[in-house]
Amino acid sequence: MGGFEDYLSIFTKAVFIENIVLAYFLGLCSFLAISKSIDASVGIGMAVVVVLTITAPINWFIYEFLLAKGALVWLNYLPYGLSLNYDFSNTDLSFLKLIVFISVIAAMVQLVEMFMERFSQSLYNSLGIFLPLIAVNCSILGGSLFMVEREYNVTETMVYGFGSGVGFFLAIVALASVRYRLRYSNIPPRLRGVGMAMLLTGLLSMAFMAFSGIDL
Amino acid sequence: MELFNSESKKIINDPINVNNPISLQVLGICSALAVTIRLDQAIIMTLAVIFVLCSSNVILSLIRDYIPSRVRIVIMLSVIASLVSVVDELLQAYLYDMSKQLSVFVGLIITNCIIMGRAEAFALKNGPSKAFLDGLGNGLGYGMIIIIVSFFRELFGAGTITLPDGGAGYVLFSIPEAWYAAGYENIGLLVLSPGAFFILGLVIWTQREIFGIEEGE
Repeated sequence: MGGFEDYLSIFTKAVFIENIVLAYFLGLCSFLAISKSIDASVGIGMAVVVVLTITAPINWFIYEFLLAKGALVWLNYLPYGLSLNYDFSNTDLSFLKLIVFISVIAAMVQLVEMFMERFSQSLYNSLGIFLPLIAVNCSILGGSLFMVEREYNVTETMVYGFGSGVGFFLAIVALASVRYRLRYSNIPPRLRGVGMAMLLTGLLSMAFMAFSGIDL
Repeated sequence: MELFNSESKKIINDPINVNNPISLQVLGICSALAVTIRLDQAIIMTLAVIFVLCSSNVILSLIRDYIPSRVRIVIMLSVIASLVSVVDELLQAYLYDMSKQLSVFVGLIITNCIIMGRAEAFALKNGPSKAFLDGLGNGLGYGMIIIIVSFFRELFGAGTITLPDGGAGYVLFSIPEAWYAAGYENIGLLVLSPGAFFILGLVIWTQREIFGIEEGE
């Protein structure tokens, strides 16, 4: 396992071929609402990159060492005196993963926000308002759930989280630019807004599908 | 309150028609598209969302007087996440094939904005019976859209109509071989993700034409 090509392949897949918005439909709520303005799209795109890159590996550690089947086996090897006299090798807490992941994400978003406010006021001013929105963005929780389903190791998870974030960034900035160019075109009135945005997203998604010919 | 007076009818009807959560409030699209490849997936997903939405609305409405408003988001999230975990475990126990097909999208009901949105906008301000009706109405509104989208995607994309049963699904209807022999072809694009965006865009357009709603941009 491992090797640079592996990581490159996971990254390319996450950005282009299996784009988290255009192929898996995650994070569409904020995707549609915010793509009205390019500046805001760049802001939320960057915030998603930061939060996904941080939360995916943290959730990986929590899943591998606390929740997965047999993950608590390290409790069997506690030094004498602390030992709990119970065999943990079959304990399976993975049914808790939804609750734990969403709490970790909410807490991490809060932490990142506080950290930014303290150390980089300019970054906070541009990204700050988007961070609370991100806690309930499906793409973040989706990233953590996919990492469990695909059984990535920790480096792969990090690369995957970063790649998905970049994919979201690309997609939202592309859609915002297209919508900007369409501002003065004559769209049927009832199709304006979300209807048109859906059709445009469909076209973008078709364009991204062209990448699936790449053999990795 | 009587169960079917005009007010409660309005609570159920509005979200299905003039205030539909997906096409008019634009909430909860994330999970809506991924499960619309086949009709049976959409039906099971609708049932799961209706269950979570009704129960979370009722629970939050029962405890609404005891929730301090500063921590309400956390409380809402934990109630919803627990309910979704229950649904996830139930699906794995009784409908294993279906839960494999829906994969992470059952878990993603947590971040479905409809549920948080209804809890925040309705359940925390109204009594449990009204909150239940509101959950039912919004769940049905969500279900109506994803069932329409999945019907077209499956019929024209894969050439079948599948209803849910205990295993891999019961095929109600499939396009006869003679049609294929005569030159009919399935539209492969509809099964892929762009097809979902196009069909949902057209459904939103149609519904806004019917109810005459325009969005100022």
